[in-house]
Amino acid sequence: MALLEIRDLHLHMRSFDGEAHVLNGIDLTVDRGEIWGIVGETGCGKSLTGLSVSRLVPTPPARYARGAIRLDGEDLLAADEKRLRALRGRRIGMIFQDPTTNLNPVFRVGEQLLDVALHAGRSDPSLLGLAPGASGRALKRAARELSLAMLDRVGIPNPAARLDDYPHQFSGGMKQRVLIAMALIGRPDLLIADEPTTALDVSVQAQILRLIHELVREHQLGVMFITHNLGVVAQLCSHVAVMYAGNVVEAGPVRDVLKSPRHPYTNALLAALPTAGTARGALQGLAGTVPSLLTPPPGCRFFNRCPRGEPGCTAATPPLVGPEGGHRVACPVVLR
Amino acid sequence: MIRYILRRLLLLVPVLVGLSMLVFTIARLLPGDPVRLAAGPNATPADIASVAKEFGLDRPLLAQYWDYATGLLRGDWGVSIFSRRPVLEDLSTYLPATLELVLAAMILAVAIGIPAGLMAAVYRDRWPDFLSRAVSLGAISMPRFFLGLLFQLGFAMWLGWLPLSGRFPLTEDPPSAITGLLTIDALLSGNFHALGIALQHLALPAIAMSLSPLATITRMMRASTIEVLQQDYVTTERALGLSRGKILFKYVLKNAVSATLTVIGLYFGWLLGGTVLVETVFDWPGLGLYATQAVLTQDFMPIIGVTLCIGTLFVLVNLLVDLVYGLLNPRVRLR
Ligand SMILES: Nc1ncnc2c1ncn2[C@@H]1O[C@H](COP(=O)(O)OP(=O)(O)OP(=O)(O)O)[C@@H](O)[C@H]1O
Ligand SMILES: [Mg+2]
Repeated sequence: MALLEIRDLHLHMRSFDGEAHVLNGIDLTVDRGEIWGIVGETGCGKSLTGLSVSRLVPTPPARYARGAIRLDGEDLLAADEKRLRALRGRRIGMIFQDPTTNLNPVFRVGEQLLDVALHAGRSDPSLLGLAPGASGRALKRAARELSLAMLDRVGIPNPAARLDDYPHQFSGGMKQRVLIAMALIGRPDLLIADEPTTALDVSVQAQILRLIHELVREHQLGVMFITHNLGVVAQLCSHVAVMYAGNVVEAGPVRDVLKSPRHPYTNALLAALPTAGTARGALQGLAGTVPSLLTPPPGCRFFNRCPRGEPGCTAATPPLVGPEGGHRVACPVVLR
Repeated sequence: MIRYILRRLLLLVPVLVGLSMLVFTIARLLPGDPVRLAAGPNATPADIASVAKEFGLDRPLLAQYWDYATGLLRGDWGVSIFSRRPVLEDLSTYLPATLELVLAAMILAVAIGIPAGLMAAVYRDRWPDFLSRAVSLGAISMPRFFLGLLFQLGFAMWLGWLPLSGRFPLTEDPPSAITGLLTIDALLSGNFHALGIALQHLALPAIAMSLSPLATITRMMRASTIEVLQQDYVTTERALGLSRGKILFKYVLKNAVSATLTVIGLYFGWLLGGTVLVETVFDWPGLGLYATQAVLTQDFMPIIGVTLCIGTLFVLVNLLVDLVYGLLNPRVRLR
């Protein structure tokens, strides 16, 4: 059984102008040890897909119209808040984009970490090396020790002295390390990282990526790594899913997809990537715009920008076709 | 921290000197002649001159100010022209009454306003929010003295639950004076009978006084909570499984309160200077009544004394607010 299965997920978002069909049948399977890069242009639904797994998208205004999200076979769309809370931080860890805004500015770093450790430890005392029914005191002491060990593991120098510091006393990279520690302290199986390095400068980015890579290998995590940076995908990820306007249009092992992209959108995305040899002014963009999600056109949502579009493309949303776990494409034209 | 407090307290000196000069000058430049008023309608010019001489009012203004300022340092705050009682003595009976009233009102406003604002934000656009908004609007748009009259009508005259007015009945023994705040004195001396009586008298004026700060604090708290709830760290806290209660009452509350704190401090000072109407309606023997009396008779020693008193309290309350703000907000360095 796969760790995470997202099947035909449809998410509608209510707004003043009507209901936007924001996710339009997402299909994604993430297994333990796999790092899935999720790429696609801004607004295509990457973050909402990630947040949906933890069920952090507020409903309303959002509404899950169809589909399923399963974690080890358990249907998360049917889970109640209590069950979800038991999964968050414990089975599913999350890291977000801006480390400066994701730590609470008025609490000590150690206290924030400790609360997450306590939450995880209460649902599973063995995490803290305790037997079930351990006293609150023992729980607290063990959680503190685990917090220290975790800070040490993510590379915070002299962690014991830094537990009592406030977030503003850390640099951006150090804050992201703290947030990674918070996300992983409950030993989750699945990590959702939403552009975790975008807000950091380049040298720090590399360190954080290395850290994530090490931790993922160490704990055999399944990862959804949301990013705009195809270079990062090539280095870090084992698989990649390319999204466009609420659909996964191409997915598979990172080599196959990046080396021999098949979907016209993936091709355009890779062509837009500047390489060392690109001449000045020769950057290729993609003509046209994303269709309105409020009144999406029938069929393939990429049709209006697609160089290979055919009249048949507007009939129905093309499904992802290809071997399970292999290179899959949602475009009947290129598959012919 | 200690140095910060000392420095802020030292700043009180220029503030008070400036304030006293200002009030001293204004009080003396007002039209009308307090000496003539004090001497009585049938006083001869000789009588008036002797009253003026008695209070040193025949000397140049600068000399008068100098006498006053040096007197202040010796604990001599001047004498009322009318009652001929020392101002300091009067202040020490009226100030605690007002302080008790304002403190009670602020405690009510904070204790209800903060949770009400938090809940209104959490249940935004649902019935708890509508209820709190309706109450705030009503409380803010209704004049305090009018509310006071309504309360008297409802709770004292119709229902008979609470006394109509006054601070403490003459027929009862007051608690031994320690701080001058009757409720606190009663608590300190373990006199629960007196505590009950004091609270009964305090209830209506304090509630009448608390409504407008309550409304403002609720609205500020609602706005700042809504803002805090949208912060990224709240998403992170939820994503990592912290309970709703822990997020709201620990992580969100502390952030939202620190934004509301400034308003609380300002309101405190504002109430101190704005007790007159409520004190009049409830016949509460406080600073507001005393000051009004002094202004109407141009009795300037009490006017200056009251102003200095309120000014000092205002500065102290703001210092306290800044200290609490520093405690709540680690990024603020108190130096
Ligand atoms: N709370 C919301 N209310 C209404 N629309 C929303 C809301 N959140 C997201 N959307 C819409 O849903 C779509 C997908 O948003 P999402 O944040 O998932 O994009 P994204 O792929 O993560 O983009 P980016 O790369 O900029 O982070 C966007 O068109 C966005 O406008
Ligand atoms: Mg996003």
